[in-house]
Amino acid sequence: MGAKAKEKPKLAMYWAASCGGCEISVLNIHEHILAVDEIFDIAFFPCIADFKTKDVESYPDGYIDVCLFNGAIRTSENEEMAHLLRKKSKVLVAYGSCAYEGCIPALSNLTTKEATFDKVYINNPSIDNPDGIFPQEVTKVPEGELTLPTFYNTVKSLDQVVDVDYYLPGCPPEPPQIWAVLQVVVGGLLEGKPLPPAGAIVGAGATAVCEECEREKKEKTIERFYRPYQIIPDPDQCLLEQGLMCMGLATRSGCGALCPTVGIGCRGCYGPPEGVIDQGAKMLSAVASVLDAGDETMEDEELELKIQEVIDTIPDPAGTFYRFSMAHSILRRVKNGKGDS
Amino acid sequence: MERITIDPITRLEGHGKIEIFLDKKGNVENAYLQIPELRGFEQFSIGRPAEEMPRITNRICGVCPEAHHMAATKALDALFDVEPSSVVKKLRELFYSSFYVTDHTVHFYALGGPDFVLGPDSDPAERNILGVIHKVGVDIGKQVIECRKRNHEVIKILGGRGIHPVAGLPGGWSKAMTKEEQKTILGWAKENVDFALFSLKLFDDVVLANQAYVDLIVGGIFSHETYYMGTVDDNNHVNFYDGLIRVTGPDGKELVKYPAKDYAKHIAERVEPWSYLKFPYLKDVGWNGFVDGKDSGVYCCTPLSRLNASDGMATPKAQEHYEKFFETLGSKKEGKRYTPVHHRLATHWARLVELLYAAERMLELTEDPEITDPNVRQVVTNTPTEGVGSVEAPRGTLTHHYKTDENGILTDVNLIVGTTNNNAPIAMSIKKAAENLIKDGKVTEGLLNTVEMAFRNYDPCMSCATHSLPGQMPLEIQIKDADGNLVDTRSQYVD
Repeated sequence: MGAKAKEKPKLAMYWAASCGGCEISVLNIHEHILAVDEIFDIAFFPCIADFKTKDVESYPDGYIDVCLFNGAIRTSENEEMAHLLRKKSKVLVAYGSCAYEGCIPALSNLTTKEATFDKVYINNPSIDNPDGIFPQEVTKVPEGELTLPTFYNTVKSLDQVVDVDYYLPGCPPEPPQIWAVLQVVVGGLLEGKPLPPAGAIVGAGATAVCEECEREKKEKTIERFYRPYQIIPDPDQCLLEQGLMCMGLATRSGCGALCPTVGIGCRGCYGPPEGVIDQGAKMLSAVASVLDAGDETMEDEELELKIQEVIDTIPDPAGTFYRFSMAHSILRRVKNGKGDS
Repeated sequence: MERITIDPITRLEGHGKIEIFLDKKGNVENAYLQIPELRGFEQFSIGRPAEEMPRITNRICGVCPEAHHMAATKALDALFDVEPSSVVKKLRELFYSSFYVTDHTVHFYALGGPDFVLGPDSDPAERNILGVIHKVGVDIGKQVIECRKRNHEVIKILGGRGIHPVAGLPGGWSKAMTKEEQKTILGWAKENVDFALFSLKLFDDVVLANQAYVDLIVGGIFSHETYYMGTVDDNNHVNFYDGLIRVTGPDGKELVKYPAKDYAKHIAERVEPWSYLKFPYLKDVGWNGFVDGKDSGVYCCTPLSRLNASDGMATPKAQEHYEKFFETLGSKKEGKRYTPVHHRLATHWARLVELLYAAERMLELTEDPEITDPNVRQVVTNTPTEGVGSVEAPRGTLTHHYKTDENGILTDVNLIVGTTNNNAPIAMSIKKAAENLIKDGKVTEGLLNTVEMAFRNYDPCMSCATHSLPGQMPLEIQIKDADGNLVDTRSQYVD
């Protein structure tokens, strides 16, 4: 793309098991995209530019200065690309929630490959598959042989298959954050400014989403949880205080509290805040601490029962508290005795 | 037997792979379009609260998350048996129209348009959005960026986020439009109409004024006579947000018109062992293989299909262009309807007619005095059971089908996404292009371009199905002998 001046830093962007929203998020820096084109040479970017895996294979190791890798590791092909791009890139960024922590595709770790194939190809209201055919890694057709990559049982984050230098959270990352990170990277590459330490989370804040949410917060005392369609929430008050599940307490700031601003609870797409490893565990303890389940006169046992009653009004806690972070969590996947991949 | 592998983005990435097998004479024996990816939303959504689906399924596709968000939200309306208020329907449709403007703009200028604006025989290195800018002026590039910017802003204002919106609720929408926002959006909507008209004029000047391009569009290589599907309103006009699903035949006659909830009576999906992506077909006709014609249940679901399956457009300027489209391409008017256009490359033009409709509709809705009514949420108390929701995604009719327990926890999910509808027709278009260009073992130089164009008119973003969004599609064809030895390689877009 653009004028090919020599010695510009090389940028790559790749998608594994993803939706394409990360690529769109880069396009959504709008007019700045022209500056990106000015500053970088694109070395690999299947979404918009003309390079092939073969080109990447031919590059010397470390040829790519910055690789923005998005998407989770769902198939053998995703993993092969992760290894290739790690080898060829100086700086590998886990870009977006899928690469960082598994995101929505990793909800698949609550089920199995067998159940997935059964639902998609057999037990489905519109299926026409009387012979019970499943896609195969190798198929003999009259004219020859056709192959497909392996569909793994467990979805992994990028850092579970290769070393990652930086993490850029969000589903997808917000454009102002993307542009800010690109400027830091450019400062490092072109002006010798210091880059963030390896393993850093970039393009996000260090506190929680609640810190940037303008809703009015009082003492939190929750008696029960409501589904979003069961009440019409007050437009200005904290959603969690009104009994609507909102993950703001357990989610890293950086998005500007977009979802709560339009009256919808946060689901945690920026991952856990600084210093927190397991987002779901953090949310569970946060919820437990704000429940209005009893008072100090109660016996421990009674109090626990009360707390459990309120917690029971939360539907699907695992799929909610780990909505975006399943692969990266302590939980990682629901055990099924089928091994890890 | 010789074998040709076309790997759109090369073997490892595999967001779509084409295998062409030649017979002993070196002519095409068969061609396969393989989709090597699956993420399994239908299974891992089970156990989730149904109301989360608008914000789970939008992650199927980051290019058209608005379509999944809307189909899911409408499935919730049906699931909870709740009717959205008039302002909610209007807000949703306004949001959706704005999304259509940006989505169709990107396809025309960045993906499909370069073939025409620069010409199919132009230097591949220039055949991209930057090449378009070089040819028609930097101002157009800025206009495209501006158009995306203002419409993504509308999506963010009304949907909460620029990508992966969150505002959809059963029977409602979480965000009302303020008068201030209405004023801002009104200005943008007007700019959208101007931009759509400008784009059609550009198509006129660059494509229609050039006989060689017109010949290419109406040439047989890119033509298929199949059934067409699209959503229509009460007047059988194209509608993106709501209506009945209408299917018309290769002869233009209506085969069936049904509400979304009846989809499984009319659509079935086949499984092939060599692709993760299923192949839907019309049950009313039956599956007879990857072939054209009245007896083949293969149907197509694109902007061209929607125009073919409708009686017209619901807005005045789009209607003018709709008529011009059919008349220019040689259709006859039979009763209320034009005979269908089977030339797949005309899909690019059809997309611009839809762009204009989306812009006009967005303007109408923004001007509607009711649009700022703040009552956009309602308390829902019905017990959920089962619901189907559908919209026209830019790449085809999109259907979401949910079943839940009495607490609204999902027990079954089925999704037929836009691009999946076109899985069989795309495979057929590829085969036809290959057959035309591979003769007696000789691979014509134009093969790469032509196969690519055969693919691209369907909006080969293919993101819903494969999440591969090609700007420039690097293609490589490897020609192997019967023992699998590489005898020749032809490629483009490779430095």
